[in-house]
Amino acid sequence: MPDNSSVQAKASPTSSLASAQETKRQRVRMIIRAAGMLPVLLILCIGFHFLSEGRFFTGQNLGIVLQQAAVNTVLAAGMTFVILTGGIDLSVGSILAAAAMAGLTLSKLPDLGSLWLPAAVLTGLGLGIINGALIALLRLPPFIVTLGSLTAVRGLARLMGADTTVFNPSIPFAFIGNASLPLIPGVISLPWLSVIALLVIFGSWLILRRTVLGVHIYAVGGNESAARLAGIKVWAVLIFVYGMSGLLAGLGGGMQAARLYAANGLQLGQSYELDAITAVILGGTSFVGGIGSIWGTLVGALIIAVLSNGLILIGVSDIWQYVIKGLVIIGAVALDRYRLQGSART
Amino acid sequence: MSGPILEMRGVSKSFFGIKALHKVDLTVYAGEIHALMGENGAGKSTLMKILSGAYRPDPGGEIRIEGHPVRIEGPLGGRAAGISIIYQELSLAPNLTVAENIYLGREVSQSGLLARGAMRERVGPILERLGADFTPQTLVAELSMGQRQLVEIARALHARSKILIMDEPTTSLSAAESERLFALIRQLRAEGLAIIYISHRMDEVYALGDRVTVLRDGRLVGSLDKPEIRADTIVRLMVGREVSSFYKKEHDPNATSGRPVLTATDMADGQRVKGCSLTIHAGEVVGLAGLIGAGRTELAHLIIGAAPKISGHVELDRQPIDIRTPGEALDAGIAYLTEDRKALGLFLDMSCLDNINLAVIGRDAKLGGFLDRDKARDRAERAFAALGIRAPNVGVPVGGLSGGNQQKVLLSRLLATTPKVLILDEPTRGVDVGAKSEIYAIIDNLAKSGTAILVISSDLPEIIGICDRVLVMRSGHIAGEIRRNATSHFSQEEIMALATGTEHVDA
Repeated sequence: MPDNSSVQAKASPTSSLASAQETKRQRVRMIIRAAGMLPVLLILCIGFHFLSEGRFFTGQNLGIVLQQAAVNTVLAAGMTFVILTGGIDLSVGSILAAAAMAGLTLSKLPDLGSLWLPAAVLTGLGLGIINGALIALLRLPPFIVTLGSLTAVRGLARLMGADTTVFNPSIPFAFIGNASLPLIPGVISLPWLSVIALLVIFGSWLILRRTVLGVHIYAVGGNESAARLAGIKVWAVLIFVYGMSGLLAGLGGGMQAARLYAANGLQLGQSYELDAITAVILGGTSFVGGIGSIWGTLVGALIIAVLSNGLILIGVSDIWQYVIKGLVIIGAVALDRYRLQGSART
Repeated sequence: MSGPILEMRGVSKSFFGIKALHKVDLTVYAGEIHALMGENGAGKSTLMKILSGAYRPDPGGEIRIEGHPVRIEGPLGGRAAGISIIYQELSLAPNLTVAENIYLGREVSQSGLLARGAMRERVGPILERLGADFTPQTLVAELSMGQRQLVEIARALHARSKILIMDEPTTSLSAAESERLFALIRQLRAEGLAIIYISHRMDEVYALGDRVTVLRDGRLVGSLDKPEIRADTIVRLMVGREVSSFYKKEHDPNATSGRPVLTATDMADGQRVKGCSLTIHAGEVVGLAGLIGAGRTELAHLIIGAAPKISGHVELDRQPIDIRTPGEALDAGIAYLTEDRKALGLFLDMSCLDNINLAVIGRDAKLGGFLDRDKARDRAERAFAALGIRAPNVGVPVGGLSGGNQQKVLLSRLLATTPKVLILDEPTRGVDVGAKSEIYAIIDNLAKSGTAILVISSDLPEIIGICDRVLVMRSGHIAGEIRRNATSHFSQEEIMALATGTEHVDA
């Protein structure tokens, strides 16, 4: 830039203009950062639309995508809380299975049957709080604790149904699993599962960005020692986030149970924790904690669902789907790193 | 004198169109200590990172070493060119031994296996030459900060560097350790090394500098030879305005006669603090001096409940109070400014607004724990105005600010709680001259409004300048107290004598 000095010399009398331009540039950068993986999601959608000869953007297919994304979105929302504190929760798939088993078992009792959904959610909450207590009070590493509960809770889930599949074709509130909420009757409707997922995302945003607790979560993830010295009850924050992750895994279990009218302690929710973690990372949340947003997580969960759906639409074999999904995840995160390099603080 | 060992001509560096360095010329000769000064953000670190190879300069400039043009690229480029840097935050692996650290990245091997014996043998003489009191097999984790610095220097000598750059090397050293370091730096100069010495401390530059180069806003604004080195000249070059570099508080004879606000009795943690008692009165600034490792920070941690105590009790406003966590201390009205603002104070990725409000958002919150965002913004903006925090707006991450502004943000968080007692641990560490005197003025004003203040500092002129009374700590005990009266100030020598436990202080 040979003419840079002359530009600088000119800039001083019109410094207000220059600073206005600078704030504008900053704002653009902020928007790009907030948008995160959204462009990737849009490109994927448009690409699949053309490759599938126009079968992607149809009301019916979008409904399927949203429904497929719903449970993972709920799990990933809980995972976002945990990863924001710099932790990890590997046990959500097992908790989901245990909660679904507990719910279905209760739903078959004649008097208490209608309480099955709260029972599932509370099962998840209880297991999550146990995780949180072990991590916060005994100061055990989150990876180890939740790796342990991944196995132990899976065992609990199998115990509950005596290692068989539990059916209940007349489970109360089955509509949340399969029916849709008509937005414009007869034209557009949204699956109830997606409605729940969006409510969870909105509720998470409210907690993370509008409450004292939210600031404390970001603070603990950003600098735990400083948080402790600043008077934040770090143990309470940790118990909350793992409790939240467990609660949402329990809700996810309820959603699955309502959708399938059945649950199996061995198979349900296998390796769901990996999809949830993937969604959070795709959404730009930092693995070391302190940085990230719930909207990014929503986009990440949608990318995963769109990939699965789109690859089926264009007839890619099941085996290749695994390979492509894995590569897209790595590529997307690499792109994200490259994009954020410019905004690294000095 | 032979030709210069290092010559930089017209070296510039810009980041995204913003010039961090603008056509800087720097000439350094072998056998000289060249002091480099400038406020935070003046471009010193950028210049050093160019020399180490961490940054690549903009095209157009030239760097010559012993007359030959060089291109310094990559982290090993600087070392290959004969330049070693000792950073403010030392870059040693604490889990490895001294010898392993010195050979890090250039391990000696025999048929693929580490030649530990050979490495130890070669490190030994270097440590001896530096007068080190540890062996090559010592784990770095067991060394003090001063000893770790020796390891860094040994690493540079081992690489046969001709130019040694030291970035604020005394920041975490005690006075005695600093003196030892100065002697060593002079020895290295005599051996023919060129030393570029970056520091904020005027007394160090006086003591060591053969020449001083001053940077301001990325430009070189002046180079002074030894006879021209004067504090007021340097400060004027650095800030471009007159600043009283040596802060002198007006003596207030009533300052120490206020009512006692904080009384701590017989505080002990069984390790570093062995039974300390102190009282701070309303409106009083009490200094807590002492060598590094004397237990000053540990004593503060005991008072605010950040570490478990085995004995001692605290009275606040003459009421006994049991403080078990820093949160309880804050609620009671005792605020503590940490000495390590990056590791223990600030949330670097969070906004200034969040950092300032963090301690009071719970108190401000609406029903259900929802944030009162208007109140928070208002509080942050008032703090910016009151403390003169310079940042584009309250929403920017605090990690991007200069040291002085970061410190003011952290101070604002404490002041938001309207504390009765303020404990400031190294309040001006890593802060430039301009912000330093502003922080002194803030401390002064707080005291005038009745806050009881305890200042822990290793910077003796600072202690002498801003305190009404000085307590000196030595090996876990309060070794003595020095009061100042209308006629005499406390002397540096008196404090050092108490801190070191010698009646006579070595010059």
